[in-house]
Amino acid sequence: MALKGLDIFKLTPKTNCKECGNPTCMAFSMKVAQGAIPIEKCPYLTEDVLAQVSDATAPPMKTIKVGTGENEHNLGGETVLQRHEKTFVNKNIYAVTVSNAEGAKNEEVFASVEAIDYSRISERMYIEAVFAKYDEKGSKELYLELVKKAADTKRLVIIDCKDTGVAKAALELIKDTKPVLNGANAENYAEMSALAKEYDVVLGVAGNGIEELHDTIEKIEADGNKNLLIDLGTKSIKDAFANAVLIRRGAILGQDRSFGYPSIADVGGLAKGNRVLETALASLFTMKYGSIVVMENMSYSQALPLYGLRQNIFTDPQKPMKVEPGIYRLNGADENSVCMTTVDFALTYFIVSGEIERSGVPCNLLISDAGGYSVLTAWAAGKLSASSLAKFFEENDIEGQIKNRTLVIPGKVAVLKGEIQEKLPGWDIVVGSNEAVQIVKFLQDYK
Amino acid sequence: MAYKQTSQKFNAAINSVEIGTGNKTLALGGENVLPFYSFDGPILNPPRVGVEISDLGMNDKLAGMLNFYGDTQDVVELVKKASGMPGAEFICLVLDSADPDGENRSVEDCVAMVKSVEEAATLPLMVMGCGNTEKDTVLFEKISEALEGKNIVILSAKEENYKNVGASAGLAYGQKVGAESSVDINLAKQLNVLLTQLGVNNKNIIMNLGSATAGYGFEYVVSTMDRVKMAALGQNDTALQMPIVTPVSSETWSVKESLLEQEDMPEWGSRENRIIDMEVATAAACLAAGSNAVILRHPSTVEAISQMIKELI
Ligand code: B12
Ligand code: SF4
Repeated sequence: MALKGLDIFKLTPKTNCKECGNPTCMAFSMKVAQGAIPIEKCPYLTEDVLAQVSDATAPPMKTIKVGTGENEHNLGGETVLQRHEKTFVNKNIYAVTVSNAEGAKNEEVFASVEAIDYSRISERMYIEAVFAKYDEKGSKELYLELVKKAADTKRLVIIDCKDTGVAKAALELIKDTKPVLNGANAENYAEMSALAKEYDVVLGVAGNGIEELHDTIEKIEADGNKNLLIDLGTKSIKDAFANAVLIRRGAILGQDRSFGYPSIADVGGLAKGNRVLETALASLFTMKYGSIVVMENMSYSQALPLYGLRQNIFTDPQKPMKVEPGIYRLNGADENSVCMTTVDFALTYFIVSGEIERSGVPCNLLISDAGGYSVLTAWAAGKLSASSLAKFFEENDIEGQIKNRTLVIPGKVAVLKGEIQEKLPGWDIVVGSNEAVQIVKFLQDYK
Repeated sequence: MAYKQTSQKFNAAINSVEIGTGNKTLALGGENVLPFYSFDGPILNPPRVGVEISDLGMNDKLAGMLNFYGDTQDVVELVKKASGMPGAEFICLVLDSADPDGENRSVEDCVAMVKSVEEAATLPLMVMGCGNTEKDTVLFEKISEALEGKNIVILSAKEENYKNVGASAGLAYGQKVGAESSVDINLAKQLNVLLTQLGVNNKNIIMNLGSATAGYGFEYVVSTMDRVKMAALGQNDTALQMPIVTPVSSETWSVKESLLEQEDMPEWGSRENRIIDMEVATAAACLAAGSNAVILRHPSTVEAISQMIKELI
């Protein structure tokens, strides 16, 4: 439960010594309650009091660190249920599954980990984690080999194993990479938690039903372990989704600290080999509260929409992603190269510049200030017009810097051609393609 | 402390809107919980899955499409087959042929074609225009008249033509009116209010709030839907309680990921798989955000989305 200013005040020495930079202990207490200053600013509080208050004023959902070095990820730490309320802070990560079970296609999975690694609007898109599933009927040696190999990919490894003996051996092998240990439940939680604490790794907890899950987490917390993830389970799609929502909502609306942890959503396990359904579920849990979304494997065709979706969901709703207006000289363009123009919306810039680069044709890409909107949005909002372009040309002395006099405009604003022609006499205005993907052919034909 | 479920119970509900007639009726919306939150209360009607058919024939001859439809380009044949597609619950016919910049098929011919499609279909029908507002306005009026009593959905009335479309489809001929706005809660509400002021019954409106492909400004789609559902359920805003229909494939099939041939981007693999995954991921995300119906193209997507819905409800 959140503490009120008055509750905190009762814990201070009430001497008004001002050492915390506040005129009175009361003023200090009010500010701590609002989260404006940390409780540690008062040097006269005992350890006990500090712990009690920092627990109560902590955000509803913990930020859990997994992995290490380049592969360290923050999970959780969310404060709202819907992105427009504030912003989602820590994007989910994606994992693929290797297993010692018979028939597992581990080589293909390791090949995807290698293959899927690209950049989209300056963000690296890659499979961040490998989920190593232990099958009790399979070979233990093979499992340990897989765990080692998974760690060699330099991705986060999730050791998914309920057998404490095997789990310990796996942890011993790759402890330096700070893997996740997933597999605590109502029966084995005491040993699993001890193991997680021994190796200082995050522990994943599962339960048979949400009450049992809550109960098990409370027991682990009582044992002093609050470095946890919650496994949403693979009993059924309906169940896993209910868990995802109820857990997040319990933490954020209900202030239920025992549910204030990030989650693991094993959509590969839920889709049972149906690849298309798996994509649908990965999308569902990216939207609603999966922190580690585990797939059986991932192909490029799945990665493209999922990483795009994630990038959208986890942007800050307060600020559109923009690029600086100006001349972008692509493929070694100089003053004689053809000009194309587009808006300063980061997504548009990224797509258009990518296609121009693919064409290999030297090209001056002219980005005007369009308020960070897409072509049609900017046009509809009056931020991309003949006058806005003319103004951009003048302010940036385009004619002084570029000798070529051909300007290609986006096909979606073909209607602007006449007006632009009027405002930029001396330029040959050419209507380009509607979609950026046709730019390659357009430029190659044009040349 | 023992676990106590936090709930989000709302007193208001989304309108339940029936489309089609006789044994091809289908109800959209009607829920009073957030999307798929069946743990908060029963969901009156599950979200619905529609199949998009262009009157120009198959949009793209992919193996999976040919496999399902066979090698026919006849729109009535296509609609008959689509009616039997596993998971399909309604048909959305797109009048691409009417486009003045394309085939420019006459209004009379289009009306005749829609009539034969409606007769052939064993599922309820939505009709989408060609994108040219002037032509669409006339088309919608004539189609509404010709199909009076069939209770079809006209997609869509927009800011520019809501008066005409509202008056013909909504008032004169008793069809359902799709109200299309562009990814903004205020615009959506305004259009609904204008239509109701015109006399169109609230319960005869379905909203298309606008859409985008996952990765292409989709965050605005999510936030618009989130806010619309919160206003409709939490604040009992009757001007936003219409069920939401979202055309998905028309967006997802035209992005780079779906258009590029495998030769151009070998590491991306099969183009058909990309088309399917872009469509299915976007559709699932739309449903998670609050769409009461999605319009799709590929048979594999229709099947998977329909299965996901069944599993969740
Ligand atoms: C997300 C979105 C918004 C977001 C803004 C996001 C942003 N940063 O731009 C918000 C919600 C703020 C918004 C607002 C509005 N929007 Co808006 N929005 C969209 C939406 C859904 C997606 C836009 C997007 O991100 N596209 C992706 C980018 C990459 O596309 P792009 O910039 O066009 O680039 C492509 C091509 O043009 C081409 N290209 C780009 N540059 C170049 C250059 C050359 C040389 C060539 C050859 C090609 C090329 O390559 C790209 C990829 O193919 C679209 C609908 C849709 N599905 O497209 C509507 C849409 C653009 N919006 C629309 C409208 C009307 C508006 C508003 C005016 C509504 C209003 N009255 O409030 C406002 C205007 C802004 C304002 N006043 O606040 C309409 C425009 C109608 C029209 N035909 O003109 C659209 C089409 C929706 C619709 N169907 O009605 N919108
Ligand atoms: S430092 Fe502590 S005791 Fe001194 S005024 Fe601040 S709160 Fe009171």
